Amino acid sequence: MEVLKLLSAYAIPAVFLVILSAGIINDVKVYDVFVEGAKEGISTVARIIPSLVGLLVAVGVFRASGALDLIIYAVRPAAELLGIPSEALPLAFLRPISGSASLALVSDIIKTYGPDSFTGRLASTMMGSTETIFYTLAVYFGAVGIKNIRYTLAAALIADCAGVLASVWICTALFGSYVK
Amino acid sequence: MLNYIWFGMLAIGFAVAIMNGRIEEVTKAAIESSGTAVQLSIGLLGIMCMWSGLMGIAEKSGLVKRLARLVRPLLGFLFPGIPKDHPALGAVVMNLAANFLGMGNAATPLGIKAMGELQKLNSNKDTCTDAMSMFLVLNTSSIQLIPATIIALRSAGGSSNPTEVIVTIWIASVCATITGVTAAKILSFWGAERRRKRKWKY
Repeated sequence: MEVLKLLSAYAIPAVFLVILSAGIINDVKVYDVFVEGAKEGISTVARIIPSLVGLLVAVGVFRASGALDLIIYAVRPAAELLGIPSEALPLAFLRPISGSASLALVSDIIKTYGPDSFTGRLASTMMGSTETIFYTLAVYFGAVGIKNIRYTLAAALIADCAGVLASVWICTALFGSYVK
Repeated sequence: MLNYIWFGMLAIGFAVAIMNGRIEEVTKAAIESSGTAVQLSIGLLGIMCMWSGLMGIAEKSGLVKRLARLVRPLLGFLFPGIPKDHPALGAVVMNLAANFLGMGNAATPLGIKAMGELQKLNSNKDTCTDAMSMFLVLNTSSIQLIPATIIALRSAGGSSNPTEVIVTIWIASVCATITGVTAAKILSFWGAERRRKRKWKY
């Protein structure tokens, strides 16, 4: 555990040192090239803003409308069959569309049910093993101007479902099953 | 596809809001979200410039190419469309490594850099390639060595063992990644088959 923490802490300084040394050794004018490259960052962000506005507005409207509650109500019976406790169900749907909202939800679950409860452990596992798919797709595709994303969203959502189901399975196996 | 999803989210959102009598909340959410999007982007600006600059040095010094050559045997089968010695694979690996090490701030700029490199290989600039799909699937399902945010959240909540979920997160992530990669491979194969058949017909 300590080794892992150390590795995380040294990662960024190490990357800096390696890249800068490689530059100096290969006669790269490191500062000039850095400034030139940093310029690109500005145009990249400018390209991201429109797609991010589009995404976040849709997510914001969708969330504020309460549509999520309807969906959760509809799929609850199926989720119970799969062993997903209804307290953790909203997280499964919120996670791919909003990172900050799902983080708030996890912290709420931890506060309400306790971090060491089955629901608390499951929510932590689900949060850690899945990603904010819609945000990532909007930013990455927006940055390079891709309009037709083909099967990317489908594949990412399949992976997300697998992550949710695997979380339920591994938590049940390790921490015992969910009892009401 | 994106057009329909976007329309669907907004249409369902407004329709449900009318039924729920949440029109004011929804209007507020729409306006606030657009502000949040800009704030997020501005927050990204500094770190984006920093990593873009650093990646510029890495590229000029040949480091990215060397990294690409190094990981080619490992990742070649996931990205058959990337030619040998192309820096795209190097940029992809740097993003995946940043994700793995939990360098959240670095991951996005590096990922966008990788998308830029992949876009250079794309013949149809507004349609994504198989390599891009595979990259995004790997990116959204990737393992994190130390899920620091969740551990912090758990210890703040008074957990007796905040780090006990690390193993469950790893295992669930691996399941997600394997499923995602398989799904992407199958879906790309399907798409190619369909295109081939269409060509035969006409």
